[in-house]
Amino acid sequence: MDGFAAGLWQAWKLIFTLDPDLYEIVFLSLRVTMSAVIIASAIGLPLGAWLVIKRFRARRFTIALLNALIGLPPVVVGLAVYMLLSRSGPLGVLGLLFTPTAMIIAQVIIITPLIASIAHQTMRDLWAEYHDLLLSMNASRAQRIAAILWDGRRALLTAMLAGFGRGIGEVGAIMIVGGNIDHVTRVLTTAIALETGKGNFAFAMGLGLILIALSLSVNLAIHWISRTERASVW
Amino acid sequence: MKLLNWLIAPLLALLSLTPAGAETIRMAVTTSFHNSGLADVLLPEIKADLGLEVQLLVVGTGQALKLGEQGDVDAILVHSRAAEEAFVAQGFGTHRREIMYNDFVLVGPRQDPAGIASAQSAAEALARIAAAGALFVSRGDESGTHKKERALWQAAGIDPTAAGPWYREAGAGMGATLNTAAGMGAYTLSDRASWLNFGNKGDLALLYAGDPALFNQYSLIPVNPARHPHVRADLVARLEDWLTGPRARALIDGYRIGGEQLFTFNAQPE
Repeated sequence: MDGFAAGLWQAWKLIFTLDPDLYEIVFLSLRVTMSAVIIASAIGLPLGAWLVIKRFRARRFTIALLNALIGLPPVVVGLAVYMLLSRSGPLGVLGLLFTPTAMIIAQVIIITPLIASIAHQTMRDLWAEYHDLLLSMNASRAQRIAAILWDGRRALLTAMLAGFGRGIGEVGAIMIVGGNIDHVTRVLTTAIALETGKGNFAFAMGLGLILIALSLSVNLAIHWISRTERASVW
Repeated sequence: MKLLNWLIAPLLALLSLTPAGAETIRMAVTTSFHNSGLADVLLPEIKADLGLEVQLLVVGTGQALKLGEQGDVDAILVHSRAAEEAFVAQGFGTHRREIMYNDFVLVGPRQDPAGIASAQSAAEALARIAAAGALFVSRGDESGTHKKERALWQAAGIDPTAAGPWYREAGAGMGATLNTAAGMGAYTLSDRASWLNFGNKGDLALLYAGDPALFNQYSLIPVNPARHPHVRADLVARLEDWLTGPRARALIDGYRIGGEQLFTFNAQPE
């Protein structure tokens, strides 16, 4: 258990000496993953709701595909985004490779299926309940989607937090498209991989503990802001 | 909509931040160079002297060459002569400029079950490992170190991939490979800098070094602007002048870990 104790001590030291590099890395981790979660939610939540409401031929296949895409290996997504954004790739002229934007793009691709799939599953039950009411009110499709999205917002928050969890701990894709450049694209997970590679296990473990603490505080903050998980509100 | 406001306001604040507008170039370097810690000495000096921010992509030589080929970096600093010359010959790089060298070392379990410490040459040391069937961890990642290792096996007249289960390919960077070797009590080939800087030596020890075949030359190759017009050839030229100049010589020759000199500057003036 020496390693964990040393890691804890490292984490403690980094946080309380206000290590500027650490805060830069943490800030970038949050910036990349939160941006990705917001964009992925803007795509995934309506997509999930739409799949609940709309009946079409390939619906079952689309849902199965969405569920399958949750298991997409991040390193493959990273490689695909790299090839798109490379100077020799189709979007090379944009010069986006090795920037935080590239990392956000990769994470959006990784997170969106997860958010859409969880959103779809939670809203399916809600729709069964609302179906007759909304149809009798002659609500348009957009109104129906809006209604179940809004009334299911707490469950959807869970979908977003799951997306955040997958994003903040992801290393395979952002390592390739971000490049782990010091002060530019280095985030917590890539820094952990780097320090592990150098054999600095205590330092890497310290960063890992900070990552867990960060993820925990974001989850708690979201619950606090949205007033969920309290005795009076279920 | 209160929730959305909470989420969106900070996001907009985050997205509006842009990185500092100093002149920057991207250079792909090998893990072994980065693990040496020399970059942490050179980069601040380059920034001070040239006002140039060099962003490092730390990858294996194979990936570094690929990034250069695709035009995703402005220059590469690697250590695999044959691959470098092919890179320049194919027109991906303008030229190859030697900067400095260090050497490779064979590390392994302190008890040295294969007895390589008394070998007369690197090839003989490897032959003894093969004969003893002692565990050997290879980088297995097409890096400069991996290519050097394969050349050494060839010199020893052994095809390790066909030789038996004692030969393990990690498919990883130098640090990860050293971690693997430490965990398995295996032999491995490392550059001296990574080895000295490595934090998890465990039971491993430096067992064999000094054969001229273990010489490890680092060279700078600017990516060809004729092929990739967006590369900052002008800035790379300034970096090359600096890296081959007296300031770099003093810093490179003067860089020490535990009192040991890691690199020897050997750039020739043009």
